Amino acid sequence: MVEAEAWQLYELMLRSRRFEEAVKKLWDAGKISGEMHLGIGEEAIIAGVVSQLKEGDAMALDHRGTPPLIMRGIDMVALLLEFLGHPQGLCAGMGGHMHLFSKEHLAASSGIVGSSGPAATGFALALRYNKSDNIAVALFGEGSMNQGMMLESMNLASVWKLPVLFVCKDNDWAITTLSKEVTGGTLVDRARGFGIEGAEVDGIDVAAVLKVAKYAISKMRKDGGPYFVHAHCVHKTGHFLGDPLLRFHETPMKMFDPSLMKSAFSIKGGAPFHVRGGSLVKIFSFVSKSGKQRKIDPLVVTEKKLKENKGRLKEIEETVSNEVEQAVRKALDIVQGRGEA
Amino acid sequence: MKKMRFAQAIESALAQAMVEDENVFIMGEDVHTLRANLFTRFGKKRVKSTPISESAFLGAAVTAAMGGLRPVVEVMLVDFIGVAMDALLNEAAKVSFFSGGKWDVPIVVRASCGGGYGDAGQHEQSLWGWLAHIPGLSVVVPSNPADAGGLMLSAIYHDAPVVYLEHKLLSDYWLDSMGIGGRTTVSFDIPKDGVEGDVPDRWEPIPMGELNCLRDGKDITLVSVGVGVHRSLQAASTLQEKGISAEVLDLRSVSPLDTKGLKKSIAKTGALLVVDEDYKTFGLSGEICATLLEERLLFKYGRVCTEDTIPYSRELEDQALPSEKRIIDKSIETIKT
Repeated sequence: MVEAEAWQLYELMLRSRRFEEAVKKLWDAGKISGEMHLGIGEEAIIAGVVSQLKEGDAMALDHRGTPPLIMRGIDMVALLLEFLGHPQGLCAGMGGHMHLFSKEHLAASSGIVGSSGPAATGFALALRYNKSDNIAVALFGEGSMNQGMMLESMNLASVWKLPVLFVCKDNDWAITTLSKEVTGGTLVDRARGFGIEGAEVDGIDVAAVLKVAKYAISKMRKDGGPYFVHAHCVHKTGHFLGDPLLRFHETPMKMFDPSLMKSAFSIKGGAPFHVRGGSLVKIFSFVSKSGKQRKIDPLVVTEKKLKENKGRLKEIEETVSNEVEQAVRKALDIVQGRGEA
Repeated sequence: MKKMRFAQAIESALAQAMVEDENVFIMGEDVHTLRANLFTRFGKKRVKSTPISESAFLGAAVTAAMGGLRPVVEVMLVDFIGVAMDALLNEAAKVSFFSGGKWDVPIVVRASCGGGYGDAGQHEQSLWGWLAHIPGLSVVVPSNPADAGGLMLSAIYHDAPVVYLEHKLLSDYWLDSMGIGGRTTVSFDIPKDGVEGDVPDRWEPIPMGELNCLRDGKDITLVSVGVGVHRSLQAASTLQEKGISAEVLDLRSVSPLDTKGLKKSIAKTGALLVVDEDYKTFGLSGEICATLLEERLLFKYGRVCTEDTIPYSRELEDQALPSEKRIIDKSIETIKT
């Protein structure tokens, strides 16, 4: 990775992070409804991949569609207005954060786990049909790797030689289930089983992701065919902001359910008490394991590598923060009837 | 009698069945978290967390049931059932028929449903009409804690597949994680009588296919399930002030449909308004009308349903879902025609 790229990727990551932090504030304030799945912790993967896309490339997104869209250059105000449920939002207030669509960017989202596999495969089919060298990216979590539709898409992309970059963002958790407890074998081996070349990469290290993305994408543009990336990352804000594991770390007293102790130690009928003790240990081990993720941060790791030029870091931080602040202000003004999109 | 919350009632009835019958077990995504109490009490053999592989674990539950177990399978949100539709449509619903009635599939598919908290059209659907369309499947939709527990028990002990749907505005666990998320800055139109109520000391099964008349009336019959029942009751009170006497029926199960109970009420009021949070076309509202016409009844008819994909915007969502105002307006319009 040359220095210019490092700065470019850092800026992409920072923009996504500051934007999602602003989104979290709006959600906390009750201005955004429903669930909220943020991509905080997977920015290095998204930056490494999205920076290598060109015009005409397609993206099939999951329930964390905000970072890839921000990094692809979608209008922040339109995105915010969408989250605020405004008619001038990206999808006219109809979709919300899990169902973001931009025809202009060939980007489609779905909240159904695994659905970005078939979606990217179909985009790639359309692109290849017209003989372009464009590619399609599927972004999904490791939970999706246990969905039939994802594995079926990998097979289809392989036999039809479709340029689909399957990007598995592995944050260890399928909602609040530890993925390794429900996943057999290794993921790269699964891809190889379909005849798809694949690589496992540290998704906290943006340079490592970039290297794989460059190799895979240039190969796909030239020769067609899919590629599989298994990138390890974290979800610092839980599966979603309502995630009970996340909230347990934030407000343990509020989240602790005393009836759990009754179920474990006093209530009659059920498993023997040593089994119940084991269940309780399991629940607390999940809580403890989920806490470790909170300490890892791809943005901090990337920033450290650039720390020699403090002046430039500060400058980028100011520019990006201002950009996000202005977008939030503008969006709120529009919602309150004081401005125009 | 004692008081219980809706979600607590379901859990309590499940626990009772799990104590009574060793073959009753739960499986689904995240059940160690969603059902932490049952997971603790019964252990991982009987509360099994699955990968996010709906087609595999729902499909496997069908034959596990054929093998003598009584699985209660959770697919989190009914919207996700799309991923596993083959297991319900072509497997679970067909086995009894194909085997000449010699083999049963005693499976309960439990899922949350419904909107009203701004989560958009892929996480807020009702779909009970779509599921009830399939011969061989029963579909129950309780509206209060007593029915929630009693219907869960009858679903578990029913020797054929039952889809058990719990509305997210009634089930506090779901609303808490999906809608509130620990915030004090959001509010929802939650039907209090649905969320908490009297329940029996020991659960008895409530037979499927028996509606409950919650309010007597003579001018029009409002028929609904789930949260729609509470919206109808509110509307009936307001209609009373306007001089219209509305009867309110809670179907409790969409399939089997209590044709006899419906017939009795419509024969009395001569007017029917179906309040259905599920989609309007090709669904429950049309089915009830057709069934009563086949019974040679003549009546005035209207329906208040969800007509299109549910919008994310809270304002548009409120307009899309059946509301007290829409029920009142449509009731008056229906009676006057």
